[in-house]
This record gives sequence, C-alpha cells and structure tokens, in this order.
Amino acid sequence: MQRIGVFICWCGSNIAATVDVEKVAEVIKSEPGVVYSANYQYMCSENGQQLIKQAIKEHNLTGVVVGACSPRMHEATFRKAAEEAGLNPYMVEIANIREHCSWIHKDMDEATEKAVILVRTAIAKVKLNAPLTAGESPVVKRALVIGGGIAGIQAALDIADAGFEVDIVEKNATIGGRMAQLDKTFPTLDCSACILTPKMVDCAQHEKIDILSYSEVEDVKGFVGNFSVKIRRKARFVDETKCTGCKICMEKCPSKKGLNEFNMNLNTRPAIYIPFAQAIPNVAVIDPTQCIKMKTGKCGICQKFCGVGAIDYEQKDTFIERQYGAIVVATGFKPIALDNFNEYGYADNKDVITSLELERLMNAAGPTNGVLLRPSDGEHPKVVTFIQCVGSRDTSGCGKPYCSKICCMYTAKHAMMIREKYPDTEVHVFYIDVRTPGKNYDEFYRRAVEQYGVDYIKGMVGKVYNENGKLMVQGSNLIDNEQITIESDLVVLATAIEPEPSVRKVATLLTASIDTNNFLTESHAKLRPVESPTAGVYLAGVCQGPKDIPETVSQASACAAKVIGLLVKDKLKTNPCVASPDENMCNGCSQCANVCAYGAITYIDKEFRLGGGKTEIRRVASVNPAVCQGCGACTVTCPSGAMDLKGFSSKQIMSEVEAICKM
Amino acid sequence: MKDVELKMLERAKELLASGEVARVVGWKKGDFCYDPSPAVFKTVEELENGFVYDYFCGANLSKYLIDVSKKEGKTAVFLKPCDTYSFNQLVKEHRIKRENVYVIAVECMAKLDIEKIKAKGVSFVTGVEVVEKDVKVSSLYGETTLYKPEIVLEKCAVCNKTHQVKDEEIILHERPVRDVNRFAEVEKLEAMTEDERFAFWKEQLSKCIRCNACRNVCPACSCIKCVFDNPNSGIAAKANDSEFEEKMFHIIRAYHVAGRCTDCGECSRVCPQNIPLHLLNRKFIKDMDGLYGEYQAGESSEGKTPLTSYTEEDKEPNDVFNGEAK
Amino acid sequence: MQDVTTEKKEFTPNIVAFCCNWCSYAGADLAGSSRLTYPANVKIIRVPCSCRVNPMFILKAYQQGADGVILCGCHPGDCHYVTGNYYTRRRMATLFSFLNYMGIEKERTRVEWVSAAEGARFSAVMNDFVKTITELGENKRLSDLRVKEGE
Repeated sequence: MQRIGVFICWCGSNIAATVDVEKVAEVIKSEPGVVYSANYQYMCSENGQQLIKQAIKEHNLTGVVVGACSPRMHEATFRKAAEEAGLNPYMVEIANIREHCSWIHKDMDEATEKAVILVRTAIAKVKLNAPLTAGESPVVKRALVIGGGIAGIQAALDIADAGFEVDIVEKNATIGGRMAQLDKTFPTLDCSACILTPKMVDCAQHEKIDILSYSEVEDVKGFVGNFSVKIRRKARFVDETKCTGCKICMEKCPSKKGLNEFNMNLNTRPAIYIPFAQAIPNVAVIDPTQCIKMKTGKCGICQKFCGVGAIDYEQKDTFIERQYGAIVVATGFKPIALDNFNEYGYADNKDVITSLELERLMNAAGPTNGVLLRPSDGEHPKVVTFIQCVGSRDTSGCGKPYCSKICCMYTAKHAMMIREKYPDTEVHVFYIDVRTPGKNYDEFYRRAVEQYGVDYIKGMVGKVYNENGKLMVQGSNLIDNEQITIESDLVVLATAIEPEPSVRKVATLLTASIDTNNFLTESHAKLRPVESPTAGVYLAGVCQGPKDIPETVSQASACAAKVIGLLVKDKLKTNPCVASPDENMCNGCSQCANVCAYGAITYIDKEFRLGGGKTEIRRVASVNPAVCQGCGACTVTCPSGAMDLKGFSSKQIMSEVEAICKM
Repeated sequence: MKDVELKMLERAKELLASGEVARVVGWKKGDFCYDPSPAVFKTVEELENGFVYDYFCGANLSKYLIDVSKKEGKTAVFLKPCDTYSFNQLVKEHRIKRENVYVIAVECMAKLDIEKIKAKGVSFVTGVEVVEKDVKVSSLYGETTLYKPEIVLEKCAVCNKTHQVKDEEIILHERPVRDVNRFAEVEKLEAMTEDERFAFWKEQLSKCIRCNACRNVCPACSCIKCVFDNPNSGIAAKANDSEFEEKMFHIIRAYHVAGRCTDCGECSRVCPQNIPLHLLNRKFIKDMDGLYGEYQAGESSEGKTPLTSYTEEDKEPNDVFNGEAK
Repeated sequence: MQDVTTEKKEFTPNIVAFCCNWCSYAGADLAGSSRLTYPANVKIIRVPCSCRVNPMFILKAYQQGADGVILCGCHPGDCHYVTGNYYTRRRMATLFSFLNYMGIEKERTRVEWVSAAEGARFSAVMNDFVKTITELGENKRLSDLRVKEGE
C-alpha cells in the first residue's frame, strides 16, 4: 500500500496570496494513498525540509509530493532532503503551483482549484514512480585534443599541467596552426611566432603531452569518461624517431616546385620539407604527389644524403587506438574560397591578395623575407587598398551571414604596420562598419586613423579591375555620398573565415551538433559555452564561432578547466532517468537505434526461455545508461511499447493525463 | 496459371527431396476453390496432396517466415511481387533471418476477390477460368463470365509492384505495367468536408468487431506483444466498448505501421466487415510521400523510414493539411 | 472545496499541454515569474523532450475528456537533445493530418515551439489556443462518452 505525503508551500505570499494553501492541503488529505498532508511558509527552508524528513520517518512515507515552485528550482533540494530521510530521491514529485498557478492566476477560487488538480496529478505520477539509482561509470584519465593550433596547444598545456595525460592529434605535419602563419598580433603588435613557438616547444617537452602530428581521428566509440578513439597516423615517409631536422634533404631535393602551403602558396618548397623553421615536431615529410622517387622510382637523393637513414619511401598509414575520458575539439578555421567574389578580381590579378597572404608577405620568414613587395613584379606598392567584410555579413548567399569578428582589428593592424614601415605608402580601407570592442582594441583602431593617417572610407567596393597595370578600386564613399575610384598597387581582401571543413567529419564521429555554418554548437550559448551537448566533448577556438587569439586562449583554458574537472573524478554518476527496454516485448527491429542521437542503443542476442524447457535466441535492444541522455525519442518509435523511459514512463504520463482530464 | 502452378510444385518437390530446404511455405487447397490458405510443407507427399497456386492465392506469405526462418534448416518460400516488399521490410527489422530463406519469386497476374464475385450475384463458386480479361466463373448454378478488372482484389487493382528480392524465379507470363493511382480513394476522402469524413469513418469503423484479423495478418503488425494486449501500455483493450476505442485501435495501428507498411493490402482483404482499412495506411503513405519525398517501404532492406529521419527544413505540423503544407 | 466544475456555466475547455523540460517548461516558468496570465484550464505535463510525447498520450487525453492538446518544445535546431524535436515535427505533422482525415477538427491539436526565453510567447500561445478551442467547442468526436457520463 502506498503511503504518500503531500507538502504544500506558501512561498511566503507568492503562493499563499492566490492559492488557499490550507484548503489544498485539506482537500488532498482525502485522496486515496495520501496519509499525510501539511502546509508551511517556506518548504525549501531548513525547517521546511526538516518537516518533510520528519514526516517521511514518522509516517513511513513511500512517496512525497511537494506543491511549491518549479521543479527546475527546488526539485533537487527536496530530493536530497528525502534521501537524507532514507527515501529514494526519485520518489519525490513536484507540483508546480507557483509559476504555473499562483503567479499567473488572479482569482483565488480558480487558482486553488487548479492547484488541487496539479497536486493530484503529481500524486498520480508519484504512485507509479519507482526508486531509481544513479549508475556509475569509470573515467579514463587521459584527454584527447583534436587540432594543434593555439586553442589545442593552450588546452593541452593546461590539462597536462594539472597532471593528466593529453594527446594532441594534428592533421598537418606540425602543430602551430593559423597563429604560426601570422606576422604580428593585435593589439600589442608583438611577433606571433615569438609568443607561439615557446608554447609549441612546451608541448613537445611536456612529459604528459604526446603530439600525434600528421594524424587524423578515424573513429570514435564510447562515451563521456570512456571514449575509444582510432587515430590514423598518415605516412610521412620519414621515420619520426630518426629524423633530426637537419634539413639536408630539403637542400638536396631536386623537386623544388611544390607550392608552399605555409606561405599561402606564394612561393615554392621541395618535395621533402619541414613546413617552417620552428615546426614541432621538427621532422620532415614527403609530398608523394611531388616526389620524383615515388612518382618514377628514380631519384632517392634524400635517402642517400640522410645521415640517420630516416627516409622510408615504403611507409604506410598506421592506426592506433587509445582511450580517453574527455575530448577537446579545436579544429580551427580557414579563409573562405573567393570563387563567388569575381568583382574583386582575386583570381585574375596577382596583386589582389587575402589578408592571410599579406601576413606572409610581411613576415621576415615569408617569401619576401618581410619586405612588402607586390607578387606580380616584386615592386614596392605605393598605394594599398584594403577591402573589409569580403564574404562576411553577406546574406546574398555568396558568402557567410555572420561577422568574422577578427577582420576589423587585423586590417587596422596591417594598415598601421605598412604606414610604420613605409611612411610614403598611401593606405585606404573600405569598410561597412568598424567593430573594435575589447580591451585596448578601439584605441588601437583609432591609432591607425589618428596617428598613422590611414584613410578609412565608409562604403562598399563594387569592382576591382586592372587598367594599364594599375588596380582600379571602384567603390562608394557613403559619408561624402559619391562614387570614387582609387588607383592602387596592391589590394588586400579581409576574407571571411569559416570552420575548417574537416570539422564536419569530426562532429559526425563525436555525435556533436553543428550549425548551418558548420560551427560546432555549444551546450548553452551563455552558461555552457565551452561544452558540446555531447557529454565529455568540449569546444575551443574558432570551431565554435569566430574569435581572436585572446578569446581563443581564454576558451581553451576554460575547456581545460572543464576537462580537469571531469578527469579528477574516478567515477561519473549517470542520470538514472534513461530509456530501458522490456526485453520480453522487444522485437529487435532497430527503429529505436535509428532515432537515438547518442548511439546509446545497441542490440544483443539473448536467450529466452519458452515453455517446455525450450529456449529461443532473440535480438533485443540494450541501452547504455551512461550514454543515454533520457530524451525518450526511442520510446515513441517503438511499435510494441517495449522501450520506456525511467522517471517519465508511459504509464506515469498517462496517469498524469488522466488526473488532469478527469477533474 | 496452371503451367506456373505445375512448375512451382515440381520445383518445391525437388528442393525438399534434395534436402536443400527443410520446408516450403506456399498455399494449400481449402474446402472451397476460393479459400486456399498459407501452409508449411515438409514432405513431397504433403505437397502432392495439398499444394495449390491459382487466382485465389492472394495471401502474403512473408509474415510466416518470422517464425519459420528461426527453425533448423532452410525454408523455401513463394513470393508474389507485393509480398517481397513485406519480406524486405521484415529483413530490415531483423525479424526474418534472410540467410535461412530461399526466395522463389512467382508471377502474379492479379488475384481475385471472392467478395467482389459474390457481390456480382455469383455464389457457391466452384471454379474459375481466366482468359485475358474474362473470368469464367462456374458455380452450382452454372457458368457466368465476369470482367476481371472488376473482381480483382483491391491491392491488385492498383498494383504496379515488381519483385524486390529473389533467389530464383518462376515467371512464365509478364504482367503489363499499368498507369494506376493508388491514392485516388484517399484523395476522394480528402476532398470531402471534415463532417463528411467523420461520418464516413464513423460508419466504417463502427462495423469493427475487433476480431484482430487485420492485426494478425499484417506483416508490419508482428510485435511479440502488441500494445493493445499489454496491460502496462495504458491502452490495452480486448474489445471496442466505445466509439472511441474503435478509432483508437485503428489510429494507433495505422500510426505504428506508418513508414513500415508496404501497402500489401492484406488488412482489407481479410476484414470480415469489409472495412477499407488500407485507406488508413495509404493516407500515411500519401502524406509522407508528399511531405518528405517518395518512399516505398520494403523497396530496400536497409535505411531509415520517413518517421525515423528528418531534415532541418521539414514542414510545421500546424501547417500541414491533407498531406500538403499551407 | 466548492466544486466549480459541477456548476453549469459557459463552456470552458479542458486543455493538456505537454512541455519539454528544457525550453517550453522553462518558458512557462518565465511566463509565471513575469506574471503573464493565461487561463487556468491549461494544465502542463512536464516531459524531457517533445519527442517523448507518444500519439497514444494525445489520444488518451481526448479519451479522458480533454478538449484540446498542445505540444510545446524547443525551436527546431535548439533541441536540448539535438534532434528530438525534428522527430516530433514529422510525427505530429503526419498524425495531425491523419486525425483530420478521420474527421477530427484540425485545430484541436497543435504544436508550438517556445524557448526558455519566451515567457511572453508562452502566455500568448496558451491564450490563443484556449480561445481557439473555446470557439471550436467541446471535443465530441474523439472523447470517450463513458468517461464524461461517469463523472
């Protein structure tokens, strides 16, 4: 026999002013199964909780209903109180008589009547509640960071410093990412490599960090605390353990016509190469599409000259499988392709370049050794025109609808750097809006205008065309309301950025959700900005949304804090309100697995006893309670009703429906 | 048809005799010429005594394979084009062990509906002979010639199905592909007013005696335990004790098979009250085709159904009317 | 307590609202804390996700005498469970169309997406739904007469 206790809260006057709480408590006394009913000013207070605990003990309550504020507010409080009194916490149900009743109704009779119905509904449900126990799952104390840019590096260092093992999987031959390609960084104009490369070295030297460069995630299984990840280590045709990074191979390689990706294809590199001087690991890699030996079988010069015998033309991709407790996604970004923006003449004019290309042209280690020379003829440009928002804030469908966020600042940086180094050069900037919020950011932009005399023109550019070797930039000046044409030597496009395309595959493998622009979705835009909705997966850097270096580093450290918080636990408590199939009714049809967003459902062959000593093997669904998030999608897709959800069972919901309708 | 039947019988005997299969699922002669029933044949003698394949063999044999394919040894089965869709759907749902079944695809040429023959005023039928579109029906009272398209089963009248699965085939005559619209009846109902539709279904469903024949014959209704038999489901009931329950049963049944129903038409064929149950399932099929793209359950033994998939651009429920979005 | 329901007065519909825990239930909470009223005949049942709502629950509500059923979930794309409401959308689109095919009034059942931030919208949606159902009148076509008589 059920023994239900009902506790009606006044919430001061919040409930009691509109709901006759004493009357509710009185009427409910006669409900079948109710053995105790009380009301109190503040049920959530120490005294209120004491009242519940005492009643549980004195009246041997089997279930508790609290008529109070929203369960989103104090359900956890009352469950904890029940648990302390020896009752299973899941034997508590809340009737929301504040937000859903007293606060929205003015008439006391009406509100009181509704409160009674809501309490009866909760009683109907609690009668069908079953004690639930949170399960436990172990935590593998190792983290995986996907992407070795500044986001991945920072997250890995912070996690490793807390004492946990971290693997960085980087698809390129070196870590460093986009930041390694930058010349200077705003708003302080310090050299990007000078602040990044020490961190790269720290990673390499950290005893807890394992860098898996030239590698990609192939497959992910498991769940929070216990992911099993298969990693492809792509063949680099150089033995990583032997190569000393002496670069003799690069010198001797006869095939030097490969495009240098690190320098944005502005110059060339040999078939065997180390992407840049400070690469980590400092190990060569062979581009098999360019290597003469691998294409024709003849050559082998690098092998001949390699003093340590590191060259291996026969090397194959290998796979490793490792276990992780948490995964950080830090896959970064790339500038968008400019195929849809013919009006800027990027494809036709060598001297129309992107901002990232300009970074390389300004960099001392770049193709021009840091001297700003135009790509077409190697001359110093005298007039440089920047065009902002190329493909950003573009709702025409050609570009991206969002603001890329970093362009206003780096364009100001570029303009300033050119004016600083070459005071005789004229610099113009076309902009729609200048957006520079942030510490010392607006000051930085104003310096470009006020101190460095950069000519900012509010207006859009309609066309860039070549006339007698000059780039004519035709645009509007909205302030003076006129059409203008600027004769320029170099045009720089502040190209929109987009998530690195490989993120889609990563998101699919991780069942992490992704938005229409391919940015990974955070669990909550404000309150859980570094967690993916998939438990155990965290997001750092531009893969989650456009951001600059300081923001990326902050987010990466936030990620690390979340990961550390997870990895310090030995075991995770799992949500007990999960799906669970009645194996006797399960058809094994797979419909439920088809709608599970978490891959929580698998199938097992199970032996069932039939009558007369006979047995039968049947395929039945099996839910991993550590992975199931308890949405219930599977329960509705199950035709036989074998799949049900603990805490929100079909019977419970139907009894609530009945209680509401029958009144 | 006789030539096809002979060939089938011969092949079935051969398969059993050689031990290639342990049993054959086919049709067995009934008490009358028009009531052959599904049967499992285990010996050559059984085949010789009872095997039949004629214009009354409308029954879909796929569902029987759920149990039979679990048994020791291989099972051979004769499947008409429409039956193969149910077969595939059941393979997809892991209900039939495909590797234990040997599928012999057989030609169909449309099956006859004894109820339609009776409705033409011909009773005590003793045999039929089909020549092109003429059906010579012999009865205790003599011989009548009926026009075949008027007396075929509903499912055959609108059929354009082809074999989706076969390990071998016995097809001696090709059925021509026709231009048919299986949704014509659904469209007629959709064109009615709400009140008219309500009246139509009230009349139809009030005939339901809850004999469960539709459920028992339906290859999609193959749950180990049906929700209507499960006291924990909250909707269990053995009989229709209210107008609501008639509707509840048929709505839930249609919903549970939506996306899985191959439109094999067995529900209507077996309904003793002649309720046009296929019009319920076809409504779901028509709506899903219209809203989410054409989909034929059972065409493949893999993939998801329209109701276990989605796109981000799907239409809003409030805007959907008659299978089309506002 | 005075039993108001026994008094003969003008028709007030009985309405069941299924609200997902993460968006719509929180939206209803916000409507409450913003003191945005809607009629008391709307009673909310909390479900983890709109995709937990089985068509059987809706039919059960009608059987037991509900005059209108409304399902609220997170806006498509914002589902806490990533894809749950996408399934809801297909399930309910086909179910509503089917119920209408059987002659059940289309307006009786509704789906609305209400976020946790949309307290005002929650209240507006409920006011509008109650108005629609009041105009539509009592649910006769899908109710179990026994339940009503036996009251």
